This record gives sequence, C-alpha cells and structure tokens, in this order.
Amino acid sequence: MQTKKGDYNVRQSNLYIILYSAGLTIFCGAVLAFASISLKDKQDVNIALEQKGNILATVTTLEEGANVELLYAKRIRGFVIDYNGNEVPNIEPSKVAVASEYKKKPEDRLLPVYEFVNESDSSKVEAVVLPLFGYGLWNNVWGFVALGSDFNTVRGVKFAHAGETPGLGARIESEEIQVRYRGKKVFENDNLVSIVMMKGEGKNYSDDYHKVDGMSGATLTAKGINNMMKDYFGCYAKYLKKKTSALN
Amino acid sequence: MSTETVEIEKVEKKSEPLFSKKNKKLISNPLDIDNPITVQILGVCSALAITSQIKPAIVMTLGLTFVTAFSNVFISLMRNGIPSRIRIIVQLAIVSVWVILVDQLLKAYVYDMAKLMSVYVGLIITNCIVMGRLEAYAMANKPWPSFLDGIGNGLGYGIILIILAVVRELFGSGTLFKGFPFEWHVFESMGIKYQGNGLLLLPAGACILLGIIIWVQRSINGYRETH
Repeated sequence: MQTKKGDYNVRQSNLYIILYSAGLTIFCGAVLAFASISLKDKQDVNIALEQKGNILATVTTLEEGANVELLYAKRIRGFVIDYNGNEVPNIEPSKVAVASEYKKKPEDRLLPVYEFVNESDSSKVEAVVLPLFGYGLWNNVWGFVALGSDFNTVRGVKFAHAGETPGLGARIESEEIQVRYRGKKVFENDNLVSIVMMKGEGKNYSDDYHKVDGMSGATLTAKGINNMMKDYFGCYAKYLKKKTSALN
Repeated sequence: MSTETVEIEKVEKKSEPLFSKKNKKLISNPLDIDNPITVQILGVCSALAITSQIKPAIVMTLGLTFVTAFSNVFISLMRNGIPSRIRIIVQLAIVSVWVILVDQLLKAYVYDMAKLMSVYVGLIITNCIVMGRLEAYAMANKPWPSFLDGIGNGLGYGIILIILAVVRELFGSGTLFKGFPFEWHVFESMGIKYQGNGLLLLPAGACILLGIIIWVQRSINGYRETH
C-alpha cells in the first residue's frame, strides 16, 4: 500500500502533469494527423464523386446505383470562363474552388461551366450547369443551377448548406423546395431579372416566371438564396447572353 | 447518483467468464433501472434535439455507443497513469480523438453516412453520458467491464431516443422511418388525413414526452430520488 501511495503523490506533481499532458497532446495530434493524411485521398475521391453526382442531378434523375463516373464522362463537358464570357484555357473546372472565387469581385472570378450534351451527338448542348455560392442565414449556401438549351429556363437546381436551421432553412436541400424552381426564367427580354423566392409559403406562383413559393419560417435563408442567384446569374450574364444571341 | 459510482472492482478471481452475471448486468442495467437518460438524467439535450425522426436517432445511438465503448476502454487502460487533477481534460482529449477518427473514417469509406452524421459529431463530444461513464466507471474499472458498460449505456440512451423518435415522428409528421427505403406514411396508407402535431416536432414537445416516459418508468420501477 505504501508504494501505491507513493505513486499517487508522484502523479500529483506539477512536473508529472506537465509531461503527461505534453505527451498526450503529441500522441493525440500524431494520431489525428496520421488519420487525416492517410485518408485524404479517399475522402477527396468521395467529394469529387458527390460533386459530379450533384451536377448530374440538376439535369437528370440519377437512379439508385447509377454509374455517376461513367455518365459524367459521357454527358458532361466542363470548362472555365471569365466574367466577359470568354473561355479561360487550361484550367480544369473541377479544380476551381468556387468558395474562394466567391470572395473575389465578380469581375475577377473564374467561373466553371458544365455543359450537358446530347447522348448521341456530343456537339448538341442540352443544358448548362452553373455552380452557385453564397451566404444563407448562419453559414454558406451553395449549389448548382441547370439552364435548358435556351440558356434561360431553369431545368433543375440543387442546393446545399453548411448550417441553416434544421426544419426551416435547411429545407433548401430537399427535393420538395428545389422542384419549385423548375421552368422559371432568368432573363426577361434580355434583362437579367433572376429568380426570387418569396416570403411566406403556400401561394401559387406558377404564372410568374421569376418568383417561387417561399419557405415558412426561413425568409432569411431564402434571401440568401436570392442574393446568391442574382450574384451568380450576374457573373454568367454575358456568357449566357452570348449563347442566346448565337441561337437566334 | 448511480450506484455504480461506488462500485469498485474487487480483487477478482483469476478467470471470470467474459459474460458473468455481473458483466451482463453492465449491459442490462442501463437499459432500464439505471438508464442514463431517465434515471441519471444525462444526455437530455441531445435526446430532445435529434429525436424528431427515427433515422437520426438511430445514427446518433450507433455513434454514441461506439464512442462511449471505446473511450471507456482507453481511459480504463490509462486509468493508473492519469493525474487526477487533469483527468477531465484527459478524458475529453480521448473522446475527441475517437469522435474525429470516426468522422474521418466515415468520410473516407461511407460518405453518405458521414454527411448524415456531421451535425451530430459535435453533439457526441459534448454528450454528458460519455464523460459521465468515463468519470464514474472507466476510471475505476478494468477495460472489459468498461467496454460493456459503454455498450450498455449507449444502448440505454438509444432505447429512449428511439421511443421518443417513434412517438414524435408518428404524431408529429404522420410517418415512420422517414429517409429509409421502407418509409411508411402511416395515416395516409390507412386513408386518414392527418394534420401533424407541430408541438411534437419542437424540442419542447420532446421535453414533455420525456417527462412522461420518466414518470411511467419510475412508477413501474418504484424508483425514488435519494437526497
């Protein structure tokens, strides 16, 4: 028992405590650093795959177990443009970090564009998918919007968020909200109008091309989404207009 | 206070079977008479926050059970070296390492699960049950009983979570197992138009419900708080 008591006293000494906590910190830090580095490649693959899945989900319905990688390679053609709508060569669109481009002035941003091409004729563009990034109520919101072959009508949207309120603003992630954007229009006679999510829920905006029904209790998240759309449609406006005038 | 706080491993016989009567109790007691939520009143915050649907309740149960069990084992292995003045910090460090490791592994191998878990990972670290079991049990017991104690308490927590979630989801939104492939719209399938009870979707509704569960359980078990 005597030795036990001796041990106990040693364990109370300041030197022991300092050494112990230093050792523990180094050990925990090493374990976490090792885990982070050795798993990073696998995690990046997952993140890239999710990105591809999200891009495809705006234009088509992905079935359970669909080969996202294959479908993406076949149907999506990505490139990067600048604010004036000119292609910036030699940059992989997936390498452009939209989150950090968002912090720059709109004129300086690198803007990725993903074209969804026809299954048999890859020169025929069926839709363009544009990434979006903004700020909701509590944290960042982002997503993709797909415009149909007229470069004006929304074919689908996909939103995600980092910290909106569960059950309220977080609903932007749900299919139920996202389908409301289908068929809405970005331009009205060459003027950028964007699409606005209204305050309040349950109203019918099917005859208005620029308004969608809101989310009850999440007006500020909707405001964030509206700002995000306006901001990014503004960035892509020159490119989209160029494309539209080429159509006519 | 739980009775286990005073229970210190006796000088045990050489070969105690892995699932001796005492060890089995480590699993079964937290399910009922020593339940972490309804008897020890720990972990109530997360029990109110994430039980509006069954799916997150199940995910949280799995996460918490895993973390409690393995943190218990580690703290139990280290228990003779931990300086008692900084033991809480040491416990917290071990819990955090486990939680982050779990999160990283999920992100690398089951990405969908990781996305679902992401909100709850922080809640696991701060869950009083994890720290409570480390402090009350693992600091004074051998690794194997500590492991069982962790599993038992995780499941005891989970039982209450799932009871709450079933009632809240059924009467709050009229569905069961939302988010699973076998999602079931209970009232719709019976042809009844059901207006969900909004109170049950709020944490306040869960608090009332939890109070009722505690009341029922205590009157069945005849449990009294001792002062």
